[in-house]
Amino acid sequence: MLNALLLAFGVAAAAPALTVRLGRAAGWVLASLPAGLTVFYLSLLPRAAAGEPVEQRFAWVPQLGVELALRADGLSLLFALLIAGIGTFVAVYAGGYLHGDRQLPRFYLLLFAFMAAMLGVVTSDDLILLFVFWELTSITSFFLIGYQHESEESRANALQGLFVTAGGGLAMLAGFVLLGSMAGTYRISALLADPAALTGHPAYPVALVLVALGAFTKSAQWPFHFWLPNAMAAPTPVSAYLHSATMVKAGVYLLARLAPGLGGTPQWFWLLTLAGGATVLAAASLTLMQRDSKRLLAYSTLVALGTMVLLIGVGTPAAIKAMVVFLFAHALYKAPLFMTAGSVDHEAGSRDVTRLAGLGRSMPWTWLAAGLAGISAAGLPPMLGFVGKELAYEGLYGAPWLLVGLIVAGAVLVLVVVLVAWVPFAGREVMAPRTPHEAPPSMLAGPLVLAALGLLFGLAPGLVQDGLMRPAAAAVLGTPYAFDLYLWHGLTLALGLSLLTVSFGAVLVATWRRWQPAVLERFGGVRVGPVAVYEGGWRRLLRFAEVQTRLVQSDDLRHHLTTIVAFTVVLTAGVALWRGGLDSMVWAPQGAYLHEFLYFVVVLLATATVVRSHSRLVVITSLGVVGFGVAFVFVLFAAPDLAITQFLVDTLVVIIAALVLIRLPSGALRSEGGRDFRWLSGAVAIAGGALITGLLLAVTGLPFDGAVTRFFEANSYPAARGRNIVNVILVDFRAVDTLAEVVVLAVAAAGVAALLRRRLGAGDADASAAVREPEGGAR
Amino acid sequence: MNSLILRTTTRPIIVVLLLISVFLLLRGHDLPGGGFIGGLVAAAAAALYAIAFGADAAARLLRVRPELLVGWGMAATVVAGLLGMAAGREFLTGLWWVIAVGDQELKLSTPLLFDVGVYLVVVGVILRFVLSLEER
Repeated sequence: MLNALLLAFGVAAAAPALTVRLGRAAGWVLASLPAGLTVFYLSLLPRAAAGEPVEQRFAWVPQLGVELALRADGLSLLFALLIAGIGTFVAVYAGGYLHGDRQLPRFYLLLFAFMAAMLGVVTSDDLILLFVFWELTSITSFFLIGYQHESEESRANALQGLFVTAGGGLAMLAGFVLLGSMAGTYRISALLADPAALTGHPAYPVALVLVALGAFTKSAQWPFHFWLPNAMAAPTPVSAYLHSATMVKAGVYLLARLAPGLGGTPQWFWLLTLAGGATVLAAASLTLMQRDSKRLLAYSTLVALGTMVLLIGVGTPAAIKAMVVFLFAHALYKAPLFMTAGSVDHEAGSRDVTRLAGLGRSMPWTWLAAGLAGISAAGLPPMLGFVGKELAYEGLYGAPWLLVGLIVAGAVLVLVVVLVAWVPFAGREVMAPRTPHEAPPSMLAGPLVLAALGLLFGLAPGLVQDGLMRPAAAAVLGTPYAFDLYLWHGLTLALGLSLLTVSFGAVLVATWRRWQPAVLERFGGVRVGPVAVYEGGWRRLLRFAEVQTRLVQSDDLRHHLTTIVAFTVVLTAGVALWRGGLDSMVWAPQGAYLHEFLYFVVVLLATATVVRSHSRLVVITSLGVVGFGVAFVFVLFAAPDLAITQFLVDTLVVIIAALVLIRLPSGALRSEGGRDFRWLSGAVAIAGGALITGLLLAVTGLPFDGAVTRFFEANSYPAARGRNIVNVILVDFRAVDTLAEVVVLAVAAAGVAALLRRRLGAGDADASAAVREPEGGAR
Repeated sequence: MNSLILRTTTRPIIVVLLLISVFLLLRGHDLPGGGFIGGLVAAAAAALYAIAFGADAAARLLRVRPELLVGWGMAATVVAGLLGMAAGREFLTGLWWVIAVGDQELKLSTPLLFDVGVYLVVVGVILRFVLSLEER
């Protein structure tokens, strides 16, 4: 299993080069990876069905009890098969849909990286490992939503999706750590084996809410639902894959995965059913305002996700059975619906369902796929969607108020299906923005095969019953559960409810053209609820950042330095005085040689020159003299490496500063800042010097512990073959620190290069602003 | 800066400075010196050249862009670390190969490679500053 994940990530890395090399055939060839993975995961099914899932464990961070543990039980494999299987067709579809797009190589990289991460999520048996993959899916999703990165709206939507899902992910991480400390292990299978340790723990409600936050944001549950319809800014293959069939179901997966350990409590029931129910109702009512086929489908996806969450919340065997079947059916019909909507957009040039009609004549195969998937989505026989919906109704017999919500939502789904799979194709052809023609084979393969599977499994649910559905339900319930699936249940209450749903849906369809414009006009521009909260919060955050930046990041280096030094003095001296840190200060002057005094005098004189001088050049050179004087002190006290470094750094600082000064307009130094500011900076500088002096005296007043020195003296040569301890520390003992410093230097250089190029290019008026840059990097 | 005296003295001086910088780099493990110090000396030499002959001449002399030096340097430090891992030890563990050359021995090691990386980064970074400022 680990090899499968590594292979997927490897192919993702190689995808851009392959795409360029393969040209037209790239989609078909690259799809062989997910196709192969599908076969691989199929081969794991028998063991999962037999109750002995395949497991793999590798030590990863043993110090933290985090391991690279993978496990493929029924639930994992159901998801893995959907991810790899639908991924196959999405890869093929994207080859046609994005043909000729110059970013296609990048697209395949992101798509496969996402797929690998998603497979990681569903096969992880370690909470921390799951979290890592989880965040990877958020990041790849961010890049895919923002695929058209020249578009402002696309970028904003990508950012919104990232903020919501990654924010929830952080809460989830906190929840995972809590769970880990409650159970004493991060291994999921071990965690779930002892539910009493979790549900009986005082911190259980906190952990539950935190984990649920992660799941709800990812699966776009109310009140976090708003990012998902906006994610439709992504190209259609992405919408079909990430934002309906796979990624948004990660939250559902997490809840289902943890249900045996965390579920079965009143808190679990109320949290999940309320969130799921609210999502179903909110999404169903928001659907009524949509005319864009992709957004219609996005809201219907929200309805489906809400249904799954509330079924998990109910948690009875009947509800879980329904959840598993419904999830499978939903993936099989929603992906083709998205793909056909994308094909229509691609071939006819519009997604506005009011502007499309009669495409069935020119796009018969697309219509067939959309129709088959649509029948399944509407919950009509003989499709798998019908089986799933009937089961969902049966699963909610115990909670009539949820059932009512689901029936209303089901009617809205019927409306969506008609708008997306019937209206654009039927009737007389209208003028489409583009002359329509049938989609290429690459864009037909996925919709047709997936929709046909929905039909096949609907006619013969026994095909997936024992091998796939039962093991998946057993994993969610925590115990084996035998059930049989039938297309025809007989004349049951559920059938009656289905009839009710469809007839209500038919009423909606028949009257849609009459009420829809009015609804759109009345509520179209209204921003209320969570979206308003998000947007308001976003605006306030930006404003706060602006004020904060103006306050802290003034354009003046002297203000920066004054602030930094003043804060350091106040905080350090405050703590030192309060905690008695300066008590060890001893004033014990020792005799010094004349030349040692001379260096001291030189430094003092140079300092006086710095303060008194009116010329920038004199100031900078005098500062260099101060530095040299200090370097001589290092020479006197036998620190040659330090002394050499100090000499060189001071030399280069003077050179660089001089180069900057040459560019500045000449002018008297004294005129800048004014008298008061000079006094203030003088006071701050003296306070800073006094603080350092005091601290040094306090430190030298303490007995010197030579343990560190002794260690390096003893080990420098035997362990690192070097006699220069300073260098041995830099390149061997503490080489990681040096590595980090090298990176910091490189980043500073990149920043300076970019700033200087722009500033100097912009003209000399701006050049003064460049003064502060070299100082930061001169170290 | 158009100064005959500066230009005439610069040529021999930067040769000496560059030699010293390599000398400091190579002996750094046992005696005062090392990649950081050596890099600073080399950067000072290049800065002197840029001041005497102009940024364009300095860039021509260097042949590669300073950014590339930074990149190579970082690559060298990381490779030095990975070599340690390739030998089955922790990241950045020092590896040593002693080769006899006549009656002397030549000590090659990953810490030396690491130090060369630091040297290149320091030279590249400071040259980036100087050349950006000196460019007209």
